[in-house]
Amino acid sequence: MSDRTGSRTARSGPRRRETRVAYGFLTPWIVGMVVFTIGPILASLYLSFTDYTLLSPPEWLGLENYQRMLEDSRLHKSLLVTVQYVFVSVPLQLALALGLAMLLNRGVRGLPIYRSVYYLPSLLAGSVSIAILWRQIFGSEGLVNQLLAKVGVEGVSWVSHPDYALGTLVVLNAWTFGAPMVIFLAGLRQIPSMYYEAASVDGAGAVSQFFRITIPLLTPIIFFNLILQMIGAFQSFTQAFVVSGGSGGPADSTLLYTLYLYERGFGSFEMGYASALAWTLLVIIAVLTGLNFLFAKRWVFYGD
Amino acid sequence: MTDLTTTTGAAVRPAARADPPARRISKHALLIVFGVVMIYPLLWMVSSSVKPTEVIFRDPSIWPREFDLGNYTGGWTALEHPFQHYLWNSAVIAIASIVGNLLSCSLAAYAFARLEFRGRRILFAAMLATMMLPIHVLIVPQYVLFSQLDWINTSLPLIVPKFLATDAFFIFLMVQFIRSLPRELDEAARMDGCGHVRIYWRIIMPLSVPALATSALFTFIWTWNDFFSQLIFLTNPDLYTVPVALRSFMDGQGETAWGQLFAMSVVGLAPIFGFFLAGQRYLTQGLATTGLK
Repeated sequence: MSDRTGSRTARSGPRRRETRVAYGFLTPWIVGMVVFTIGPILASLYLSFTDYTLLSPPEWLGLENYQRMLEDSRLHKSLLVTVQYVFVSVPLQLALALGLAMLLNRGVRGLPIYRSVYYLPSLLAGSVSIAILWRQIFGSEGLVNQLLAKVGVEGVSWVSHPDYALGTLVVLNAWTFGAPMVIFLAGLRQIPSMYYEAASVDGAGAVSQFFRITIPLLTPIIFFNLILQMIGAFQSFTQAFVVSGGSGGPADSTLLYTLYLYERGFGSFEMGYASALAWTLLVIIAVLTGLNFLFAKRWVFYGD
Repeated sequence: MTDLTTTTGAAVRPAARADPPARRISKHALLIVFGVVMIYPLLWMVSSSVKPTEVIFRDPSIWPREFDLGNYTGGWTALEHPFQHYLWNSAVIAIASIVGNLLSCSLAAYAFARLEFRGRRILFAAMLATMMLPIHVLIVPQYVLFSQLDWINTSLPLIVPKFLATDAFFIFLMVQFIRSLPRELDEAARMDGCGHVRIYWRIIMPLSVPALATSALFTFIWTWNDFFSQLIFLTNPDLYTVPVALRSFMDGQGETAWGQLFAMSVVGLAPIFGFFLAGQRYLTQGLATTGLK
């Protein structure tokens, strides 16, 4: 994995040849990274300082797009919606994932069946099909209200109510707890059983074992899931787009950041402004990831 | 005493048999109830796809009282093209993406896992960084690039990047896997005078089938579900893939034809469900290994 000391001088010949071979293997990836990743990132930084509608060449604006962002009240609404969505749905999803993983970890008979049932929604939830289903389920005469009617409760049209529409998307994201659950299960299995044996010899109960053994030893996995799911949640698009019919409505209550970006970029072809939005998203995600790593030092326990 | 054994059972699986029956039953009851709640919407959608639309809005049960495939035959031809047209468009993109990802990502992974070269650390870090990068940051300039290449309304923007290993996640997954393979095998092959290309193709690739299967399955599922980039790059109805077609179905006439919409949504989910059943082991294992490293 790391350079062996001394190999540099002793084997510089073979190593140089290996470098050439390596770059041969890496060529497709490097070309792809330059053309489709680094190039676009730099291009969008440039475009973010311009007015560009695809029809005429970009026109330099300086910081105007960013100033506009400061005054754009729909953008502020959209940021608020996104933050609410991410910070409610991800903890909910991870709590479910960990809870179910704990239940399943105790050598439950039929584990593969339970795991499949819980995991399946994670694979399907990103599809338009499920978004369509959600729109019906949480509609005025949808499944949820049909079931509520059975117990005598009259529901509202959840997807078209500004107070609840985002909630339906939070539920949808929580529904995908299966993927982090599978990762938690694998992590739980790596905790040596002797820790629990030793703890119970010392008279530690289930609760204290959970907080003093399971949680501390699982922190790297919790951290990994947190990063992954937060980045994923910031990128949610399909569900909000389909459920709101492409508008982010009602009353912009489901206008996730990505929807607003799509609307500016591909609805009205304001490519310059959309680039400024995209770069801001990049900075937000980078800062959050950085903060996560920073705080991780305090609470993530990496063993030896 | 019993309490202690149940809690210690957390990590020792056989010990779980020592769970008192009442506890075991209540745990299974909890797991089953929760599982039913999880899966109920899916079952209800499948069942509703054979119900007349009016019934969908009245009947929360998952047992259809009447069984009518009319939604399927009607929905299949409700759009501009018969539905197999959209399935085909999606399948072409998905299959090309699988081939592209497997080839290009495994090449890069071989270099990272097995070769010593200048700049490896920094390139590896760059690879990890691109893994975290949201597509939304890149989509505007990519759109500009593709429109200048005249690739909008072709499947090229969705396929060509896959042949250039832009899904760094799979490079990472394959690096992890290849590192776990014993090096003695390649070293023996080196002794026999094999070059790196042959070691890659003849030794590492065949041994990496589990990682390749995981990558193929995830590529399929993600491409099949992908809506954002297909919505942006494919605006010509002839090129619509399943997600884009379903969305236009819903916006067009879907609100009055929920039965047909559900039927076609089920058709759209069926391939994913099939691959899930066939390759579940690879999916969960792949997911678990990426999380643990």
